[in-house]
Amino acid sequence: MEDLLSEYFAILVFLGIAVGLSVVMIVASMIVARQHPDSEKLSAYECGFEAFDDARSRFDVRFYLVTLLFIIFDLEVAFLFPWAVSLGKIGLFGFWSMVVFLGILTIGFVYEWRKGALEWE
Amino acid sequence: MVVQALAFYLFAAVTVACGVMVITARNPVHAVLFLILAFFNAAGLFVLQGAEFLAMILVIVYVGAVAVLFLFVVMMLDVNFAELRAGFAKYLPIGAVISLILLVELVLLGAGWAFNSETAVIASSPTPPAADVHNTEALGMLLYTKYVYLFQGAGMILLVAMVGAIVLTHRVRAGVKRQRIGDQVARSSKDEVKVVKVQTGSGI
Amino acid sequence: MVNPETWFEGVWWSDYVLPTGTIVFFILCIVLPLLISVAYLTLAERKVIGWMQLRKGPNVVGPFGLLQPFADGAKLFLKETIIPAGSSRFLFIFAPMLTFILSLVAWAVIPFDAGWVLADINVGILYLFAISSLGVYGIIIAGWASNSKYAFLGALRSAAQMVSYEVSMGFVIVSVLLIVGSLNLSDIVEKQKTVWFFIPMFPMFVIFFISALAETNRAPFDLPEAEAELVSGYNVEYSAMTFALFFLGEYANMILMSGMTAVLFLGGWLPPVDIAPFNLIPGVIWFALKIAFVLFCFLWVRATFPRYRYDQLMRLGWKVFLPFTLFWVVATAGVLVAFDWLPK
Repeated sequence: MEDLLSEYFAILVFLGIAVGLSVVMIVASMIVARQHPDSEKLSAYECGFEAFDDARSRFDVRFYLVTLLFIIFDLEVAFLFPWAVSLGKIGLFGFWSMVVFLGILTIGFVYEWRKGALEWE
Repeated sequence: MVVQALAFYLFAAVTVACGVMVITARNPVHAVLFLILAFFNAAGLFVLQGAEFLAMILVIVYVGAVAVLFLFVVMMLDVNFAELRAGFAKYLPIGAVISLILLVELVLLGAGWAFNSETAVIASSPTPPAADVHNTEALGMLLYTKYVYLFQGAGMILLVAMVGAIVLTHRVRAGVKRQRIGDQVARSSKDEVKVVKVQTGSGI
Repeated sequence: MVNPETWFEGVWWSDYVLPTGTIVFFILCIVLPLLISVAYLTLAERKVIGWMQLRKGPNVVGPFGLLQPFADGAKLFLKETIIPAGSSRFLFIFAPMLTFILSLVAWAVIPFDAGWVLADINVGILYLFAISSLGVYGIIIAGWASNSKYAFLGALRSAAQMVSYEVSMGFVIVSVLLIVGSLNLSDIVEKQKTVWFFIPMFPMFVIFFISALAETNRAPFDLPEAEAELVSGYNVEYSAMTFALFFLGEYANMILMSGMTAVLFLGGWLPPVDIAPFNLIPGVIWFALKIAFVLFCFLWVRATFPRYRYDQLMRLGWKVFLPFTLFWVVATAGVLVAFDWLPK
């Protein structure tokens, strides 16, 4: 337990150093370089046009569908990790149990495919 | 040990603070980002308990996938949040009821654990040391054999989620031209190309 | 009663300061070479693509242009940091920092040689998978915080692309784990003593490499920054050091992905054959050579292939890689169970 945590402590220290490094780099550059902001310079780049309106707007629902499907498959992968590690111990039963699980999800995958949810147009 | 305790208080305090910020932040995007920070600290707490696998899965699934969807929704759905906030008082009773139910459930869970006759047995049965059976493996040894029905149930829920996602968000648009790669590959030059011998000056 | 002086000397020094100091030293031993490699990767990219296109590449700053990366770095450092008027200031600066930080901390679990690993955690591969799944945040936050249409569109495309390829990457990793039976990266490398995994798992190796290209937004999957349509996408509003951090982060991520490929498929620090001239060379050199080889392939691909169209990219991820890797996972498990080759 102690060993385990000491390994993670190293990661925590690493995180601290990485954060420190990135802050120092940005702040130092801001201090060293001349800063002369003006309103033209600070307007959003739209190939020379004035920005028409706020950029944050509604988007195609397809992006949501992609992320929704991603969540489902990510969960599937999450279920596969412990299975892959312990397959040697749980043997044939564990194998078939996972095959059934994946079979159920393959039904869903085939449904998606047939419905055209995987097409990008 | 001191470092461990300090880390615990740090993670716990940040988690609670982030939880508060999630419900009080004015900008919904900031609220989601605080939620993500809270997930991170919860993962840190899991690690402190030695539950490495759960910590990583929390980050992969909740931060890496679920929160991305949340962020997509609040960034792009263009929901009028000022309007939603105005309806706050209207939904207050429902919110209160739900939180009350959650509270009762938590209390029941705690009480059940405290008064269960088997608790002492479970608590006193020795857990194998982390060095022998790693917790990912321990989970794998139970999940796919002893709890196989629950596992298949999870599969069913995922299937329903998949179908639900498509039914709710998939729209078929008319008149869209798609690339059909199969057809492209199946074309042969014989059907498509005609070699014509053209006399000079006569045209086709 | 504890004597405060000896307490300080004994416990405080040996239990806290010394171990932390060692850790900090090791971290610097990882970060500094990494940043220098990133600098020279940018030069190597321009040189290699230059040679492939019969040009010379940068050759003015220093001999053979060797000082070019430092000139670029100094230039970016001395530029003005522009924060667009309509942006969310904090998030705008936070996004490149996040990309950079993630690309650094991932290196904590990479084994450079037998026992040469900063944090030898049991779930190393999951840690890497988690960090790479967070990469998408730097880009989404940048796109949203800029409040610019091009940046936003680039970020959206990028996010959808990265999540699409992450799934097949997960399946590839699982198929490797089946053979190894452990989530520890050093165990994964040790298991390749008999044969490197890219031989029995060649299709998975190829898919992992292509997914790595898509995850790091490299050509031919560089749609998020497609110059012609999106004028460099999510980082269009960035300048000076904020841009430099994105750049550093992206290239460090490329090196990281190459490192992951080396660990999972090319036998990490192991020499190709375990006989005299080869196994005398330190493992870390072999590891660096393997990373360099994969990186060369990244550059080679960029110089060779035209950019994918977005619908083709999605099709490849969801309709080709996903079913194929899923099938491969089941097939691998089936073969291992049938012949009783599973690690116990």
